[in-house]
Amino acid sequence: MKSTPTVDWDAVIADPRFQTLHRKKQAFLTGLMIFSVAYYFALPIGAAYFQDFFRIRVWGVLNVGLLFALSQFVVAWLLAFVYERRASGEFDALAAEVAAAHLKSGV
Amino acid sequence: MPTLRHAAALLPAFLLPAVSRAADVSAVSPEWQPLAFSVFAAIILATIYVTYVAAKRVRSASDFYTAGGGISGLQNGWAIAGDYLSAASFLGIAGLISLYGYDGFMYSVGFLVAYVTVLLLIAEPCRNIGKYTLSDILAYRNDPKLSRVFGAISVITVSTFYLTAQMVGGGVLVKTLIGIDYEVSVIAVGILMLAYVLFGGMVATTWVQIIKAVLLVIASLVIVMLVWTPYGFSLPAFMADVVGDAKVQARVATLLGDAAKTMTPAELGQRFLEPGLYYKVPIDQISLAMALVFGTAGLPHILMRFFTVRSAQQARKSVLWAMAIIGGFYVLTLFLGFGAAHLVGPASIAAVDAGGNMAGPLLAQFLGGGPNSFLGNFFLAFVSAVAFATIVAVVAGLVLASASAMAHDLYVGVVRAGHDVPASEQVSAARVATVIVGALAIAIGIAAKGQNVAVLVGLAFAVAASANFPCILLTLYWRRSNTGGMVAGMLVGTIVAVGLTLVSPNLTYPKAVRAAAHKVLDAAPAKRAAIDAVLAAPDAAPATVQKARKDAAALDKAVAKAEGDLKKVEGEETSFMGLEKPLIDLKNPGIISIPLGFLAVILGSLLTRDRRAESTWNEVYVRQNTGLLINTAAKH
Repeated sequence: MKSTPTVDWDAVIADPRFQTLHRKKQAFLTGLMIFSVAYYFALPIGAAYFQDFFRIRVWGVLNVGLLFALSQFVVAWLLAFVYERRASGEFDALAAEVAAAHLKSGV
Repeated sequence: MPTLRHAAALLPAFLLPAVSRAADVSAVSPEWQPLAFSVFAAIILATIYVTYVAAKRVRSASDFYTAGGGISGLQNGWAIAGDYLSAASFLGIAGLISLYGYDGFMYSVGFLVAYVTVLLLIAEPCRNIGKYTLSDILAYRNDPKLSRVFGAISVITVSTFYLTAQMVGGGVLVKTLIGIDYEVSVIAVGILMLAYVLFGGMVATTWVQIIKAVLLVIASLVIVMLVWTPYGFSLPAFMADVVGDAKVQARVATLLGDAAKTMTPAELGQRFLEPGLYYKVPIDQISLAMALVFGTAGLPHILMRFFTVRSAQQARKSVLWAMAIIGGFYVLTLFLGFGAAHLVGPASIAAVDAGGNMAGPLLAQFLGGGPNSFLGNFFLAFVSAVAFATIVAVVAGLVLASASAMAHDLYVGVVRAGHDVPASEQVSAARVATVIVGALAIAIGIAAKGQNVAVLVGLAFAVAASANFPCILLTLYWRRSNTGGMVAGMLVGTIVAVGLTLVSPNLTYPKAVRAAAHKVLDAAPAKRAAIDAVLAAPDAAPATVQKARKDAAALDKAVAKAEGDLKKVEGEETSFMGLEKPLIDLKNPGIISIPLGFLAVILGSLLTRDRRAESTWNEVYVRQNTGLLINTAAKH
């Protein structure tokens, strides 16, 4: 019969390494999420209430509003890149360490 | 039936599938239709071959629903893009930009930003604890039967809204593009989609989505190259030509009406790059942005894609690829939309389809050499075929999501709960559910002919953002979240979103329509007299006469439209809901329904006790963060 691996979930929660992972991840994700939402909603809010500012021409006929809309793409990609760096490095390594320590082959 | 027949112009065109106001002319002229059909046939044959190969690999429920978890991050990224870039977004947004400039482009941004939420909060945890469906995630902590019932209802509701819009939009689109009957094209879309899903399950669906996304990106890149190369890839030079275009300036003058009279042509052109030509109510833009950014993370057919990869790392990779492809595509819409406005002209685009959905295809035809050239028609046929493949691929994903909710959640999880359901029976259940959903999709598509279903796509995003998103997010991240909260959130989110839409300005209000029509008709005689006076003047300059003739034609059109509108609402006093006027001004309910959905989950959780939700928190939280025991998830 194949053995089913088991995990003592409460023990993982109590593990300081898991708590470190949890703390770092939570702070990082909250920060990125707040920044992303704030930056994005500045676009519809600006287009609705700050039209005079959006109208200012900056680069030939291109105005602030259009360049700000284009910058949204760059910022979204940058956020994704920043997240990927940290998650694939630090977070994955920590998670793997926790997993290896707590994965037991049971009956 | 006076149901959803509301003014199409009220809704953002990027949420509009090809609107049912398409003219009776097809974009491809009859002598070029054999060419269009050949291109269609080639693309369809390729997808059928893929299905044939895939069918051999579908043996278990896991193969059927999630391709056995064997899709790579790169493949899944393309498939997500294929699932997400529906005909509505790909044709609609280029059209919106070509007709309204800046406002159109502003909202294409939301489609990409939505994936930041998916990447940061949803994709990896879902992969770590889910199996086949959204309900699997909810059932982990909450009461399994209630989770499956409510999860399935929500999945089927959201998917049906989305599906109906796609079927109707698809039917109209194919009719407009190549002139085959609406019913025939709905049935063709339905049967093809059924063939993919039924025989090839998730493997075939995934590949159809990948093929379609690749074709879409290639087509867009070719068009953008042709549009942009003459400017040496300079953005200001290209935009300067758009702004300086007389057709664009005339369009802005039409949109602004009296306000345009004091503006110079240069100012009119520049106005095309400024906000406010399409969206007039500020709060609506923000409400819509909320539904878009949070709704994507709750769309069942998108969530389901994360179960097709092996690990959280692959799920992460999928979203990164999807963001590169989807974002890249929406940057290209800048050139597709503004290019179409400059080269084809907003008036010519609106003449074929008032919603602007034909902007991309018409631009392709123009770049190839125009309506009478081989290359022009080949380009048009190619873009049309990609649009067709798009509809089929999106519909296949939606049907698969609904069928999994029916078969996996309702049948296996509720009806046969507690039994050990053999694999063969699970696959049969999935196939039976697929046939039921597919048949329903065809029936709804035909029944909704001529209805403006645009509101349904916005509604799908709103329900996903107000019900699914709060429930999933809090189940994953909040210790106190429980069954009571999940039930309350699903109910409140769905009911508020649907309810607010039913009393919103999206529906037709006969009295308002009548008043608007009478206003046009009452003003017509005076306007007619003024035009006649100009024409009758013996010494009128040729330019003045020409302008007067144009005004006369526009007036005739407006009068005809007003008379048509009057006829449509004849004998009706109230909207479908029995209201004389909208109860709220909001067209998208997001700004109210999303906070209420979250509040409902929070209050429902705080007011009820649920020992199971408390005792499984540690397990869920560890699993979603570490991916421990990933393949033994959802045994509950």
